[in-house]
Amino acid sequence: MSMTYSYYKNMQLNNIIFVYQGEVTADLVSSILQMVENKLEGEGEDRKVKKRVFNVMVECLQNVYHHLDALPPTDASSSVRDKTALLMIGREERDYYIITGNHVLNDRIPDLKARLDRINRATKEELKQLYQEILTGTGFSEKGTAGLGMIDIARKSGQKLGYDFHPVNDKYSFFSLEARVSRIPEK
Amino acid sequence: MRNLVIEPTSKTPKVILNADLGVFEITGRSIPEDAIGFYRRVLDWIEEYSKSPLTETVFKFQLEYFNTSSSKCLLDIFRKLERMHKNGHKVVIRWHYDADDEDMAETGQDYQALLDVPFELVPV
Repeated sequence: MSMTYSYYKNMQLNNIIFVYQGEVTADLVSSILQMVENKLEGEGEDRKVKKRVFNVMVECLQNVYHHLDALPPTDASSSVRDKTALLMIGREERDYYIITGNHVLNDRIPDLKARLDRINRATKEELKQLYQEILTGTGFSEKGTAGLGMIDIARKSGQKLGYDFHPVNDKYSFFSLEARVSRIPEK
Repeated sequence: MRNLVIEPTSKTPKVILNADLGVFEITGRSIPEDAIGFYRRVLDWIEEYSKSPLTETVFKFQLEYFNTSSSKCLLDIFRKLERMHKNGHKVVIRWHYDADDEDMAETGQDYQALLDVPFELVPV
């Protein structure tokens, strides 16, 4: 039990308003959205900021839900694959931040990294163009998402996306993504 | 044809497609994980309706939030309405949005630019 206080202090120090580690299901995503929305509502955050945070949160959470690569069962007798992820939302003086972490197959890293770098290099206008190209382009990816999520996150965030690939073993890495939303309304 | 009414949930909008009353509306939030699954019925209904539409179809959209997978489905709906317009039917899309929601205004403008059908932006 002695760890409890240090967890608490740590979360407080890092301005974490919500953290979850575990399996990500559609119901869970709903519950988190509801909870954080209530929290933003209750704290009287600027309406525009609140909407943006909510939007970015939806995309980040659904991104994880659709794209995480489940780990093979750790216990040989079990067939349950590990679909756990980390979801974290915090509020600093200037920004809200939304962090997600999940396993990805190492094979997917080059493509993911290229996409993220392309998004981070793009200007506001280029992001808009990219969004429209994909929107009007051909169909959905096999997992039913439009491949638009990350671009939308970047557009709503207005800041560079932070990311990291932490090697886990020869097959998997832990991918973390950070999106920030400014609390200072424009103009 | 049969009317289509779908009650809203925390992740899906209210849909009213009523050819008897001439009411065509999608309102609320649209953030389902499986947007294609949700919008299939809507698209099928519009497809059927477009075979013999009313003399004028005013389609109202008023969305508080929508996710990127819904954005593609919305475009599919707009494309169907666009086709009706090109076939000589009177069609108007009205994109209602919260007057101080710049993001939703911009999204409306983005769609407007992509489409060849009367598309009105209505701040509320």
